[in-house]
Amino acid sequence: MAWPVLSVVTFLPILGALLIMIMVRGNGPFAKGTARWVALWTTLVTFAVSLVLIRRFDASSPEFQFTEKHDWLGVASYHLGVDGISLPFIILTTALMPICILASWTSVQRRVKEYMIAFLVLETLMIGTFAALDLVLFYLFFEGGLIPMFLIIGIWGGPRRVYASFKFFLYTFAGSVLMLLAIMAMYWQAGTTDITTLLHHGFPAGMQKWMWLAFFASFAVKMPMWPVHTWLPDAHVEAPTAGSVILAAILLKMGGYGFLRFSLPMFPLASEYFAPLVWTMSVIAIVYTSLVALMQEDVKKLIAYSSVAHMGYVTMGIFAATHQGVSGAVFQMISHGIVSGALFLCVGVVYDRMHTREIAFYGGLAHRMPLFAFVFMLFTMANVGLPGTSGFVGEFLSLIGTFKVNIPVATFATLGVIFSAAYALWLYRKMVFGALKPAVEGIRDMGLREAVIFAPLVVLTILFGVAPKPVLDMSSASIAQLLDGYGKAVKTAKEEGTKQEGTKAAAAKVPTVEASVIPVSATR
Amino acid sequence: MYQAIVFLPLLGAILAGLIALVGACGRFPGQAPEPGVEDEGSAATAHHAHAHDHGHDHGHGDHGHDAHGHDDHGHGPVEPAAAGSRTAELITTTLLMVSAILSWIALVQVGFGGHDQRIMLMDWVVSGNLKVEWALRVDTLTSVMLVVVNTVSALVHLYSMGYMHEEPYRPRFFGYLSLFTFAMLMLVTSDNLVQMFFGWEGVGLASYLLIGFWYYKPEANAAAIKAFVVNRVGDFGFALGIFALFAMTGAVDFDTVFNQAPALVGKSINFFGWHAEAMTLICLFLFMGAMGKSAQFLLHTWLPDAMEGPTPVSALIHAATMVTAGVFMVARLSPLFELAPHAQAFVMFIGATTAFFAATIGLVQNDIKRIVAYSTCSQLGYMFVAMGAGAYSVGMFHLFTHAFFKALLFLGSGSVIHAMHHEQDIRKMGGLKDRIPFTYIVMLIGTLALTGFPLTAGYFSKDAIIESAFVANNPMALYAFVCTVAAALLTSFYSWRLVFKTFHGAPHDVKHWKDAHESPMVMLIPLAVLAAGSILAGLPFKEIFAGHGVEHFFRESLKFGPNNHVLEEMHHIPMQIGLLPTVMMVIGFIIAWYFYIRRPQIPVELARQHEALYKFLLNKWYFDELYDVIFVRPAKWIGYSLWKKGDGWLIDGFGPDGISARVLDVTRNVVRLQTGYLYHYAFAMLIGAALLITWFMFSAGVH
Repeated sequence: MAWPVLSVVTFLPILGALLIMIMVRGNGPFAKGTARWVALWTTLVTFAVSLVLIRRFDASSPEFQFTEKHDWLGVASYHLGVDGISLPFIILTTALMPICILASWTSVQRRVKEYMIAFLVLETLMIGTFAALDLVLFYLFFEGGLIPMFLIIGIWGGPRRVYASFKFFLYTFAGSVLMLLAIMAMYWQAGTTDITTLLHHGFPAGMQKWMWLAFFASFAVKMPMWPVHTWLPDAHVEAPTAGSVILAAILLKMGGYGFLRFSLPMFPLASEYFAPLVWTMSVIAIVYTSLVALMQEDVKKLIAYSSVAHMGYVTMGIFAATHQGVSGAVFQMISHGIVSGALFLCVGVVYDRMHTREIAFYGGLAHRMPLFAFVFMLFTMANVGLPGTSGFVGEFLSLIGTFKVNIPVATFATLGVIFSAAYALWLYRKMVFGALKPAVEGIRDMGLREAVIFAPLVVLTILFGVAPKPVLDMSSASIAQLLDGYGKAVKTAKEEGTKQEGTKAAAAKVPTVEASVIPVSATR
Repeated sequence: MYQAIVFLPLLGAILAGLIALVGACGRFPGQAPEPGVEDEGSAATAHHAHAHDHGHDHGHGDHGHDAHGHDDHGHGPVEPAAAGSRTAELITTTLLMVSAILSWIALVQVGFGGHDQRIMLMDWVVSGNLKVEWALRVDTLTSVMLVVVNTVSALVHLYSMGYMHEEPYRPRFFGYLSLFTFAMLMLVTSDNLVQMFFGWEGVGLASYLLIGFWYYKPEANAAAIKAFVVNRVGDFGFALGIFALFAMTGAVDFDTVFNQAPALVGKSINFFGWHAEAMTLICLFLFMGAMGKSAQFLLHTWLPDAMEGPTPVSALIHAATMVTAGVFMVARLSPLFELAPHAQAFVMFIGATTAFFAATIGLVQNDIKRIVAYSTCSQLGYMFVAMGAGAYSVGMFHLFTHAFFKALLFLGSGSVIHAMHHEQDIRKMGGLKDRIPFTYIVMLIGTLALTGFPLTAGYFSKDAIIESAFVANNPMALYAFVCTVAAALLTSFYSWRLVFKTFHGAPHDVKHWKDAHESPMVMLIPLAVLAAGSILAGLPFKEIFAGHGVEHFFRESLKFGPNNHVLEEMHHIPMQIGLLPTVMMVIGFIIAWYFYIRRPQIPVELARQHEALYKFLLNKWYFDELYDVIFVRPAKWIGYSLWKKGDGWLIDGFGPDGISARVLDVTRNVVRLQTGYLYHYAFAMLIGAALLITWFMFSAGVH
């Protein structure tokens, strides 16, 4: 039974989008309903199909699986496949999409048809990003994702949506231009755009640094890393709830995925060379944005800054290049996808009722919304990294993996656990505890639809916190292979380096006689 | 059986939690708003009216609160009890009772029978060479803790049925209590440092929830956050300790770590340029966690504030169990601390300082619960002195006895507060011994045990600690000895001050005094049990904790190094030294009696004459103010500056805003001519880019 599962998962959402385009006419209640239901069913079916991937996936193999390859465009090829690093992200995407559609059920009333189409197209592009095994294909998916997201913020966003979407676009596009140049350079150097081939290509050391920097520019913006993070709070604030969820849960993860797919395996020497830079930026991100989060007045901004801090653990863990560090980073991304997504959904719940995100507006919600209080508390604690929730596992692994390599970095990063507790609990207290403010007197608790949205997230947060093994196992083999290659590359380079130095030293001792004998390649 | 001990409370917590949630949802049925459909019919209007009724009931939050919140739960919502309150109470309490009984059986089996157990439950975090399991490790040390935790917890559950009977949200309360117990049990049964960390933060969560149980009280919320964040400071150290141990040994489970530890002696870790001895650094990190959890000097500020929570919570969490987790941790890690004499000296120093320092503050406090809280802080200091001395079993002994008499004192205070209609200020009490004689008697027993009256439980354990400090082979031994002896005097004084001002003399508030009533049976039974424990937990256990039976009783669970002869030398101290604590206790009693019974005007006079000192003590050595100035405010200021200046001015100003402003300047006019929608341009840019690559690829393909 060899049907192309991966292609089906990737393009089902687009099919749904086409269906909506054809079926839905006008803007009446019926049309809106149809658009919503088609979108929901499409995402649900996509999710169901993606489960086939999990069932058939062989976690013990580090190789790409479900590969499909067809000629396309002459140089590039249509090459898809997943390994233990990309599969979790695909599942995360397909799992969150139905939730996003449900979350927009009533809050989006304008241009429902276009909204649903944008989300479905976005889903295809996101899945494609994680599944692509060809540079050109990857680039198209990666950058293509910008468009629907840009539209979602720009059309269904808040009052400053134009500013936010422009900032979002400017940042991400600036990064992507550099990446495009790097991709071309890689093609010229290696003669192929096939990722599986490039993974074992071994670029020359000097070139690696430039390539690395170009990719870094793009991924660092996506993550986002300090200091190119300022687009994120604005984008979150203006985006509709579901847009924020996707942005935080999936789009940010593309940067981390990129580091793991390209930077570390393809440019190992440069990765090692630049690791201190990344660590510094990560630690600054963790401390800096946590402190900034303390002072926020807007709920979404606070959570956005907290996201930047949490992504700091990810980048730190990845470039620690230890097994714990990398698997911690992957886990942290998955967990953050669930937790921050859920937090934005929590904001959406109260925003839908009160239409403000100002923290000071709320107070005493526990008096009226016990269920919401419970759910919000759970995700706040997961965000804080309480053991027993998924948030802990990723943070713990990435820190312990970094500590082995660099103690000061891990120490500063661990400070984040104090700050995160401070800002998260402060937020919770201001909004949920205290006396009931008259303004929110009539607010009502979550309804059935909202309960359905949160239920799977609640279950997963606790399940992954208590039994994270399935997720860790899924990526373990691929990470081991990645690090194995990385370690070998770095080691060979070091040996060559010492050999070179040895030759140089020898050359220095007897310059007159030996100088001419040294091969040109060694001195280069 | 051990699974039952640990997981029955969790079951109780989940059931009570569900009852609480279902009940709460029943009170406030939720409904998603339908923006598109405005008229929801009359049902919705009725619903609104209903919500408004509730609004009036909830007016309590606006009531003025005096700064000290001498009001336990007076302003609680006047509402009928939540549905299923009784069920939730009964479920959790019964399950806890079962757990407690099983714990005693476990103590006999493990402690006296020698049947250590290690039960593997499932894998937790497995990554590379890191392997963390969920497992239960039951040895003597654990079984002692099981007994302490479950016994006190069961009694507190029972007591709370009476104490909280006016509280409408009891299912939530009992759920939290059971959740706490579960986390604490996971902590004491942990087989590795990470599971211990799980329990550690789990009890932190439960403590946070319980301190903030009355979530409408601002002080309770502030105290809850403070407790959590200050504990996180300690946990920061704990986490680093785990990381360092893993980096050095490649493992986090106790057996491996303990086996590898001797090999680490002499190795060093480069910590920010400081080439620290590996064992010392690791132990100091781990001890930082203990300092937070056990409210030791510098990280103690959260404990007194935690008294904002309901009194049974203070008894369970902030006296008998959670705060002793730090002591337990050091005992559990004794194989590591034995190898780190410098760290031990530090432990002793902090313990001794806390014992003395907290006792001085306790002298002048007026809130009955805060006095007991500072006393707890001070007694925890004693335990750490024993830990630093290497007399781990002695520290555990005090932990064991202290759990009984301190829980008794807290629950007794609760009974007083209950009788006084939630008045906590001892200046407004007095003469209560005639109104609530039973409470009076149990409080007396608790006080005797705390001050170390001969033959009570505290007498044996506390004196043993002072003796161990005297003979310890530790640079801080003398300091610790002096501090603990002085603290014994202070302890006696403030304890009797509390008793005299509360129960003796003339009533200060006649109305409350007249209304005072003895608590119901369900509260008195736990008091009686604890009172019995306060007397009986000493002598019968002396041999196995502090005598010759230690080795046979604790076996592998505590490690005494080859040069550690503290327990032996304790038996050979001079008579005068042995009698010293008792003498101190008597002196303290006499001064208190003279001050508060004989010549009550003297303390007032003293306070006036030494106003600076009095203020200094009353304001808790100004630690809160100090921390506010050096940590809280700078953090806020930095956060604000980074946000406005760093993000706003620097990054955005020179980055996107600057660029886009320039771009907009140039393009504005051009843009107007066309569609004017920015995203159309974005589209155009992207499509352009796509075309560019396509072209590139094709042209490049044709070599």
